[in-house]
Amino acid sequence: MELLVLVIVIVMLVSALAMFVLQDLYASLIAFSVVSLGLAILFVLLRAPDVAMTEATVGAGLGSLLFALAIRRVSSTGSED
Amino acid sequence: MQRLASLIFLSGLAFMLVSLYLQMDQVTGVSNAGQMINAVSAKEIGAANLVTSVVLGYRGFDTLVELSILFTAAMAAGLVLAGEGKYQARAAQPAGFILRAGAELLFPLLMVVGFYIILHGHLTPGGGFQGGVILATAFFIPVLALPGSPVDHGLLSVIESLAGAAFIVIGLLAMPGGNAFLTPMLAKGTLGQLVSAGSLPLLYIAVGLKVGAELSGLLVNLAAYPTAASDEDPEAG
Repeated sequence: MELLVLVIVIVMLVSALAMFVLQDLYASLIAFSVVSLGLAILFVLLRAPDVAMTEATVGAGLGSLLFALAIRRVSSTGSED
Repeated sequence: MQRLASLIFLSGLAFMLVSLYLQMDQVTGVSNAGQMINAVSAKEIGAANLVTSVVLGYRGFDTLVELSILFTAAMAAGLVLAGEGKYQARAAQPAGFILRAGAELLFPLLMVVGFYIILHGHLTPGGGFQGGVILATAFFIPVLALPGSPVDHGLLSVIESLAGAAFIVIGLLAMPGGNAFLTPMLAKGTLGQLVSAGSLPLLYIAVGLKVGAELSGLLVNLAAYPTAASDEDPEAG
């Protein structure tokens, strides 16, 4: 149990760092959703399934979708830089 | 200047987190409200999922405000997205075979999961918000697979308004007899049955439909491509 939590926390920290370091916006978006998924698994392990479900749907699902659409929109209308 | 500002902001955040961490050991049990709710809510509200009995039974008004926050945010996003000019979904090439086939497979599956989570909100983890988000993504998948397919925004806003009004009407119907707004009513039934917990499942259905319609409208708006803007600006690509 503790080992599992440790692994998840390390994965979340690494992907949170990767979110800032990565230059490609879509890649950092994937890192963002990995953080959300890790958080959702942690909530399940902490016996908070309601919060875990919210985190998985809103954070990892809808949030990533909204960000992806926003990135696509900005890069399709904005200036090229 | 910007770097200095972010340095100050970051050090403030670090200070807050460190001071919270140092106090962590002394905090023992925030309050005993949780134990009280554990003891009485199954009898008072009749919902097997205690979180639902808090969200809709004891703190129904908070949920209404939460819904209105979501509504305001979606409306503001819609205003911004619609204000830039004429938008329409890019009627160009449809998506690849895998996405189209997967959409046909996933759409009914996600619909069933979404409605299941909404309808069982008073029994199992989940509820209107989570199920509504799943419904919104279910409706968005066909839009991804077939860009340019028409979306009935009028129907979406009718569903959203009716669901929001239904939540408030259920809350008002509880008021005669001196009860507070959104007091749980109707027969509680047997704990753990699908038809139980009085008016809570009705409230969650309203929440789920409202959230689903709102967010799918937002997603469709975001997915639409600007046509007028790209005509005016030849450099955009």
